[in-house]
Amino acid sequence: MTATDYNYTTSEIMTIAAARLLKNGAVCFVGIGLPSTAANLARLTHAPDIVLIYESGPIGAKPAVLPLSIGDGNLAETADTVVSTPEIFRYWLQGGRVDVGFLGAAQVDCFANINTTVIGDYRKPGTRLPGAGGAPEIASCAGEVVLVLKQSARAFVRKLDFVTSVGHLNGGEARARLRLPGKGPVAVVTDLCVMEPNAVTKELTVTQLHPGIVREQVRKATEWEIRFAAELQETPLPNLLELETLRDLERRTKLAHGTLAAG
Amino acid sequence: MTTMAEITSLSEAIAGLVRDGDVLAMEGFTHLIPFAAGHEVIRQRRKNLTLVRMTPDVIYDQLIGAGCARKLIFSWGGNPGVGSLHRLRDAVEHDWPLPLEIQEHGHGDLANAYVAGASKLPFAVLRAYAGSDLPKHNDKIKFIDCPFTGETLAAVPSIQPDVTVIHAQKADRKGNVLLWGILGVQKEAVLAAKKAIVTVEEIVDDLRAWPNACILPSWTISAVCCVPGGAFPSYAHGYYQRDNRFYQAWDAIARNRETFQSWIKMHIIETNDFAEFRKVLSDSVPRVRP
Repeated sequence: MTATDYNYTTSEIMTIAAARLLKNGAVCFVGIGLPSTAANLARLTHAPDIVLIYESGPIGAKPAVLPLSIGDGNLAETADTVVSTPEIFRYWLQGGRVDVGFLGAAQVDCFANINTTVIGDYRKPGTRLPGAGGAPEIASCAGEVVLVLKQSARAFVRKLDFVTSVGHLNGGEARARLRLPGKGPVAVVTDLCVMEPNAVTKELTVTQLHPGIVREQVRKATEWEIRFAAELQETPLPNLLELETLRDLERRTKLAHGTLAAG
Repeated sequence: MTTMAEITSLSEAIAGLVRDGDVLAMEGFTHLIPFAAGHEVIRQRRKNLTLVRMTPDVIYDQLIGAGCARKLIFSWGGNPGVGSLHRLRDAVEHDWPLPLEIQEHGHGDLANAYVAGASKLPFAVLRAYAGSDLPKHNDKIKFIDCPFTGETLAAVPSIQPDVTVIHAQKADRKGNVLLWGILGVQKEAVLAAKKAIVTVEEIVDDLRAWPNACILPSWTISAVCCVPGGAFPSYAHGYYQRDNRFYQAWDAIARNRETFQSWIKMHIIETNDFAEFRKVLSDSVPRVRP
């Protein structure tokens, strides 16, 4: 049986495409949710030596099931070490030991700036979102940043109501002028495509379309006029190992969180 | 000179140590969240509190909805793994039940601010916020130039709460406290505070702690209270798991003002302590859980 015999969901190919961006041996600061799923898929497939750091303190976490919260016990039990939250941010992230920050977002703009704070006015919010968490420091200090989120015109907006965490500001050399330690977002992975910042303008540009996705779908799901790379690639289909590992992980997670919940 | 912690009941500790208008930090990063103490603050109807917490999850949703807070200092406000905090959002978006002033930071910032508080320094310094809108809406985030390199760095005031409350696994009979697993900022939050209350799973003769274990000596704590299960519905490593279903059920309870108020009345105001709360909760399970 070949991989092409498999049906997969758009959510699955998003997670798989994101996982593929993580190199074996990388030190990865992981956000909860989609980034955590993708990072653990990478660990269980092509990147067994990846080091996963969660902001609650675990370093080298190897959770058997996906954490529901950033501080699940399984992260601590499977980690190489568990340090305090100040130590995570001071010695490990600001200390320059993180290669990749792997984040989600509520909204991004065309320069991959991130909003997780508010939709509408800050003082009179339309929708109040959870806020920054560790993202501003991760976006500044991680060697590079990969974003993963579902694509829609509400999420990929022309102008953010609030810049919580910095991407490439208004493009070009703007981020470089801030002299931040990290180089910022290098890829945004969605359920439709993979975008990368243009080398000069830093504007997000579609470099890969997932199989079966056409440009018009991406255009409709982006508020700004999205550009496509001259040499547009197609995301390779999920292979058997990727799909089965992801499904197995999600199955185990569902089972564990269902049965672990006491009374 | 040192004063040892008093081993006392939780209701006595809150009555004696937490005052209206205090700056109160209740910490625990997903793990060891001092829910029992939060309930007791509600039960004793404390008002006008400035609540500090990196992740004001369900515990502060309860306190805010119950009208205990006038200000929140935080860095991430959500129901982990579930979604929004409806009571926090209602307070911020609609001033219900009271207007809530918010002072918003990032995690690294607040973690550093607790370290500065424990160090009795006026402020913390970190590399963050260049390009972020947070400093535009929080005048406590400033920028300073390093006197040695000239680099521009963020500065935030230290946090030195009137009272910090945490939950831990064990204390000994002298009130020395041991905690392990995910430690968050609990140690720093205790050492930053003027007074500290620690609820524990059990009080033992000997902590049997290994060198380098996270121990808070009795003389850094004002009161130690034995409250088994006191971190429920969060977890206590080595004792019990997180009750994920409660976090899910909370979404429906907190979404609506009336269901929230009747939940608080039935489970907190009309119960005498946490043990009674647990009993009422387990009896009411079929009604509050889908």
